[in-house]
Amino acid sequence: MTDIKISIIDRNGTLHEVDAPTDMNMNLMEIVRSYELAPEGTIGVCGGMAMCASCQCYVLSDHELPEMSYDEDAMLAEAFHVKENSRLGCQIHMKPEMNGLKVELAPES
Amino acid sequence: MIKTDILIIGAGPTGLFAVFEAGLLKLRCHLIDALPQPGGQCAEIYPKKPIYDIPAFPEILAGDLVDNLMKQIEPFKPGFTLGERAETVERLDDGTFIVTTNKGTKHNAPIVAIAGGLGSFEPRKPPINNISDFEDTGVEYIIRDPEIYRNKKVVIAGGGDSALDWSIFLTDVASSVTLIHRRNEFRGALDSVEKVQELKNLGRIELITPAEVINVLGDSKVEGVSIKRGDEVFNRECDHFIPLFGLAPKLGPIADWGLEIEKNAIKVDNSLDYQTNIPGIYAIGDINTYPGKLKLILCGFHEATLMCQSAYQRIYPDKRYVMKYTTVSGVEGFDGSKKEAPKAVIKSID
Repeated sequence: MTDIKISIIDRNGTLHEVDAPTDMNMNLMEIVRSYELAPEGTIGVCGGMAMCASCQCYVLSDHELPEMSYDEDAMLAEAFHVKENSRLGCQIHMKPEMNGLKVELAPES
Repeated sequence: MIKTDILIIGAGPTGLFAVFEAGLLKLRCHLIDALPQPGGQCAEIYPKKPIYDIPAFPEILAGDLVDNLMKQIEPFKPGFTLGERAETVERLDDGTFIVTTNKGTKHNAPIVAIAGGLGSFEPRKPPINNISDFEDTGVEYIIRDPEIYRNKKVVIAGGGDSALDWSIFLTDVASSVTLIHRRNEFRGALDSVEKVQELKNLGRIELITPAEVINVLGDSKVEGVSIKRGDEVFNRECDHFIPLFGLAPKLGPIADWGLEIEKNAIKVDNSLDYQTNIPGIYAIGDINTYPGKLKLILCGFHEATLMCQSAYQRIYPDKRYVMKYTTVSGVEGFDGSKKEAPKAVIKSID
């Protein structure tokens, strides 16, 4: 079993339940792109280097996620619409223990 | 009026490599880029990051890739219009195009190749409701002329190098400088952070952290800002509010050129030559889209190569040509330079 289920609320408020592979080193931003849940060019603009915040999302479930790196923390300090539960999707790599994760995409900025 | 054979919009790796491929066909190129230096995202966003999928380079820093490309195209003497954004395109009766920048610089060419990556880099604007009302009357996202701040009260927001550096610089110009950042920590260069600390200790910079501007105050011009720190909201008088939150790419005016756009990218004919729906205008690299498109530098190089061959045919429809190998034909620069493989030495044995 290499797939997990995650729930993603897109920028229009629609909930999507998707299968996410855990064996392809994919991150949450890439999952969103692979299911085309946000228009190309509005997410993952920097390619996943924690340098643009276009993949910011709010974590709604209480999963334990990898600790924030300095780069992610610094980028969120400069981003807009930031909340307590903000993370950069590109820094969250899909792991089996994330099964059931629920996130909401932050507004485009 | 700048005249050239291929006008390339965007001086990232794809645009730069197009100069080389065009040069082999004796076509001259001129590049326009909104950024002040060539290299596009590689130079602006991640110059010190390694790239691992450039063929024959197991690892290369993005900045070094740009330096190498600049060296590779040097013999073909490309022209550059930097720090200007391509704004409008107009087709003349002779079939050539005129592209005008936001600063009014005009360029004329029979071929336009859009290699604009994700678009032109523009300042990120904070989501403050009424901020756009003040964009000509005291809110500036980029500092163009520091003299306009002389003896004025200035509020700067942001926590990166640009916010720190301008705060430092403006202490000698403005009557007061207030720096607002959402965190107590700054991610700029250590020297700059220490300098701001020193100026704060001297009372020359007012530092308000962790806080953010939530409203711009004033009738016809900026008169102050509302600041939120924790649960507390208070105002600061100022003549200018300067949010400095870095740059983000936007498709920008190109979206209005009559090109077919899909998924924030320009549709091209990938079965042939990456031409757009407007004959004579091509789109190469990350800015284009077609079935199976991959936004990779190596794909941009391929697209640039095919685009140049097609452009040559368009400019010289009656001339026959076949692609040549540089190992066989060498590289003849427009500056008279010539690089070629060493000739075999023939020597008899007595």
